[in-house]
Amino acid sequence: MSLLDDFLIRAALAGVGVALAAAPMGCFVVWRRMAYFGDATAHAAILGVAMALALDIPVFGGAVAVALAMALTVSTLSGRGYSMDTLLGVLAHSALAFGLVAVSFLTDVRIDLMAYLFGDILAVGRADLGVIWAGAALVVGLLTWRWQALLTATLNPDLAYAGGLDPRREQLILTLALALVVAVAIKVVGVLLIAAMLLIPAAVARPFARTPEQMAMAAAAVAVVSVLGGLWVSLDLDTPAGPSIVCVAAVLFLLSSLFRSVRQGA
Amino acid sequence: MSLIAAEDLGVRLGGHEVLSHVDFAIERGEIVTVVGPNGSGKSTFLRALIGAQPLSSGRITRAPGLRIGYVPQKLHIDPTLPMTVARFLSLPKRRPQADVARALERVAVPHLEGRQMVDLSGGQFQRVLLARALLEAPDLLILDEATQGLDQPGSAAFYRLIEELRQDLGCAVVMVSHELHVVMAASDRVICLNGHVCCQGTPEIVASAPEYRALFGTGTQGALALYRHDHNHSHDADCDHAHHRHEEEA
Repeated sequence: MSLLDDFLIRAALAGVGVALAAAPMGCFVVWRRMAYFGDATAHAAILGVAMALALDIPVFGGAVAVALAMALTVSTLSGRGYSMDTLLGVLAHSALAFGLVAVSFLTDVRIDLMAYLFGDILAVGRADLGVIWAGAALVVGLLTWRWQALLTATLNPDLAYAGGLDPRREQLILTLALALVVAVAIKVVGVLLIAAMLLIPAAVARPFARTPEQMAMAAAAVAVVSVLGGLWVSLDLDTPAGPSIVCVAAVLFLLSSLFRSVRQGA
Repeated sequence: MSLIAAEDLGVRLGGHEVLSHVDFAIERGEIVTVVGPNGSGKSTFLRALIGAQPLSSGRITRAPGLRIGYVPQKLHIDPTLPMTVARFLSLPKRRPQADVARALERVAVPHLEGRQMVDLSGGQFQRVLLARALLEAPDLLILDEATQGLDQPGSAAFYRLIEELRQDLGCAVVMVSHELHVVMAASDRVICLNGHVCCQGTPEIVASAPEYRALFGTGTQGALALYRHDHNHSHDADCDHAHHRHEEEA
């Protein structure tokens, strides 16, 4: 009997994997004000799940493909003079609605919709764990590789151009990383709460950081604590795991905000 | 060969022709100022030079291996992004601590490394932007309204610094400014832009050109004369003369 036989160990490892990928990605989402963008990408993933089940291909692949398609659509349209919040609102909720309708057609597949909307971290298997960690490693690898360029492009696209970088390429890399994060996080927190895993740890970390790197590290720590704390709460109080993880993160955000206002008041 | 040259440059933004038939070239060590009314395409022109603006016609040729230091018009740093001065100066390339300290000293704001960018004053912020451009060891320094938000003594000091840097580094400078009198005094050549090149030449020639007066009136003439004492040379209104002026000074 190995360690991975314990469902709780698998759940914790899956959560930590997602936390480590979502935290640095979430920092960029916060810095670039892409919160709604993250939402739209995440909501689109449910459509990807439905299509994957219908076509009998791996759910991870379907989710990545549709999330990426959504993210690319949004980035393409964003430069064309549409009002961004309206556009994102339309796309995010349409994608979710189409996804839910698509799922309802899958009569011959027994599908637990709740598991995809809110995650089912306690049901993570060995194969899922492999996919999650491979995806998370890919995201962290991408972000580390392009870190300097991504930061420059985030600060100011013209500074990136002047430095010989193409900010559109960096935007594409972030878009790809976001789609990957969404796909690996579905099993853990579900499509409705992925944006929370991106935003909250980064927001909690902000008052404690003086550099972008410190913020990414602190966000990762906050995300890991939220995952483990949420799992513990879920077991102790018999609450759903995904939402419990987000609740713990939200409480940490409250504490961080208090810390911030106390320090500013001093 | 010129450091950078634009031939018959044209830019359209949203169906509107912002720049057309602009020819431009700059040599090592030259300071060129671009003036023009609001919406005349000054910033677009600079963005085209750094490669941030797709062209609708014409072409831009850069000397091989040309290093550009760019100081943008304004840089908004989102308050959610923590950024010390030292970290900012290490973008996009990582720089050794000693280089960062030297660059800050060069622009007369030493020991700012540990400060947050958002906590800097307007003048400090502009100097830090300039320090970042200097770390590139640029052949060409491009500044877009770099003194926006500085008071007049502040911007005069800033332009004096630019002129010193040009002499130390031997780099060329292209800048856009609204502060005609101050900038023109520090320039070898002035280009008056209004969608196309209206006129160009030494500050004196441009200031007295009918095209320039049509755009800006004659009011700046007096102020220009006031600032001329910064330079220890007098000129005939002769375009060719201007390019040699600073070699004598150096």
